[in-house]
Amino acid sequence: MSDLLAYVLTGLGIGAGYALVGSGLVAIYRVTGVVNFAQGAFAVVAAMLTSTLLAGGLPHGVAELVAVAVAALCGVLVGLLVTGSPGQSLIITVGVGVFAYAVEIVLWGDQPRSFPGLGGVVAGVQAHYLLILGVTVPVFAAMGLFFTRTDLGKALTACASNPYAARVVGIDVRRMGLLAFGLGGALGGLAGVLTTPVQQVTFDSDVALIVNGFAAAVLGGLRRPFVALAGGLLLGVAQTLIAGYGGGAYQLEVALLLMLAVMIVQAARAGAVREAT
Amino acid sequence: MAAGAALAVTGAARAFGGVYAVRDVDLAVEPGELRAVIGPNGAGKSTLFALIGGQLAPDAGTVTLDGTRIDRLPAYRRARLGVGVVFQAARVFAGMTVLENVMVGAHSSTRAGFVAAAMRLPSHHRTEREIRTRAFSCLERTGIVSWASRPASSLPLGQQRALQLARALCGRPRLLLLDEPASGLRAGERERLAALLLDLRAEGLTMLLVEHDVGFVMRLADRVTVLDLGQVIADGTPAQVRADTRVITAYLGASA
Repeated sequence: MSDLLAYVLTGLGIGAGYALVGSGLVAIYRVTGVVNFAQGAFAVVAAMLTSTLLAGGLPHGVAELVAVAVAALCGVLVGLLVTGSPGQSLIITVGVGVFAYAVEIVLWGDQPRSFPGLGGVVAGVQAHYLLILGVTVPVFAAMGLFFTRTDLGKALTACASNPYAARVVGIDVRRMGLLAFGLGGALGGLAGVLTTPVQQVTFDSDVALIVNGFAAAVLGGLRRPFVALAGGLLLGVAQTLIAGYGGGAYQLEVALLLMLAVMIVQAARAGAVREAT
Repeated sequence: MAAGAALAVTGAARAFGGVYAVRDVDLAVEPGELRAVIGPNGAGKSTLFALIGGQLAPDAGTVTLDGTRIDRLPAYRRARLGVGVVFQAARVFAGMTVLENVMVGAHSSTRAGFVAAAMRLPSHHRTEREIRTRAFSCLERTGIVSWASRPASSLPLGQQRALQLARALCGRPRLLLLDEPASGLRAGERERLAALLLDLRAEGLTMLLVEHDVGFVMRLADRVTVLDLGQVIADGTPAQVRADTRVITAYLGASA
């Protein structure tokens, strides 16, 4: 029983990381229509940078915040690249992801890195998993308030809903797109700095992050951040339970299977709708 | 063009793949005027509308609003200068309620500032309340206030048009552009729209109305501009335009 609780809590912590990466994808896709394959790179860059800053003597908290801010900036830069060449967004984000490998290897090498997180054990679980969850949930709540209560959030929502109409009410849709990329970068960065103490990070960690994040996000059709949260948590718990009871490391396979199942169901439903109309 | 005009289009041209959709179009709308632009299918009405609203940039010519050049500005900048737009297609914010849609319309006129909004300062609350009140009165005027808390996407076509109109009015435009506002409306809705447009004109709002339905505009507009094959073929009061032989030919064919 206590095993189960530990697996679930660990899974929630891991899943929160997926949810953050996934909601970053959602934030960018809703507003700009771009599926950002460089999303995992934000996490890797932020995590690597945090390890350097901590080694350089910056205190916990400050180092993570700086890294998240840098990831947000990277997001804006990717946004500038993508919005500068409409119609080629997919290949650009893939290219940025590969380019990021080169930069990361030059700056930080190809060995795994990590840094200490929150120490201690609670209910048979590393306390850091609870910290991940404890940060992620308020972040999602704040995002919910931001999108529904602030002018800026409503403007972003308006762009996501109908860019044509957004322009005629005076919203600068391009700028909102860049803002969405910045937000996506920050969310990806946050995932990186939160999960690295329990997972380690290498330059190619972005693959696992993007696959799991995408699987979480695709549940809500890449449009609904809260579904991405639920999807991420569910995925994290499912993976730890399977790893815990089934043995072996099938994390990525679970995510890919889930993604495939969701996409098949969605495609079937879309097909049915098309036939009905 | 007349310096006093609220909206002046001079020498406007726009081609698609070498074919001119609009060519050498001049248009001057006086402050407070309700101007209609009519013409057969393919006359260039929608292109002209887009050149003024900012959905398209002209290849040549200028567009000025109260003396300010706007033809090179993106649509959102024109909106902030006071150009309100009602599209023919149902362009509403689907994920929001009717009231929220209209409140977003105030974006162009009151951008209270992100800081005030984020910090939830008293000034933000005051603006928010003001906008809500204004949005309700716009919904009242367009006859859909009872739908205020419904999702915008649940409205029938006629009400979605009314919603766009309320949203545009909430932005307090100096110039209101309407693209075929009467199309697809039922008789009662059409009458309500006509009455509202006359009210707005009485309040001094400058309006430009692109319309396919000649009967609808002839009883509303102060002046009518007729386009055919991308060029202005007549410009005058409804009575003058009705009597113009070129207009009759364009609409009824050369045999008339």
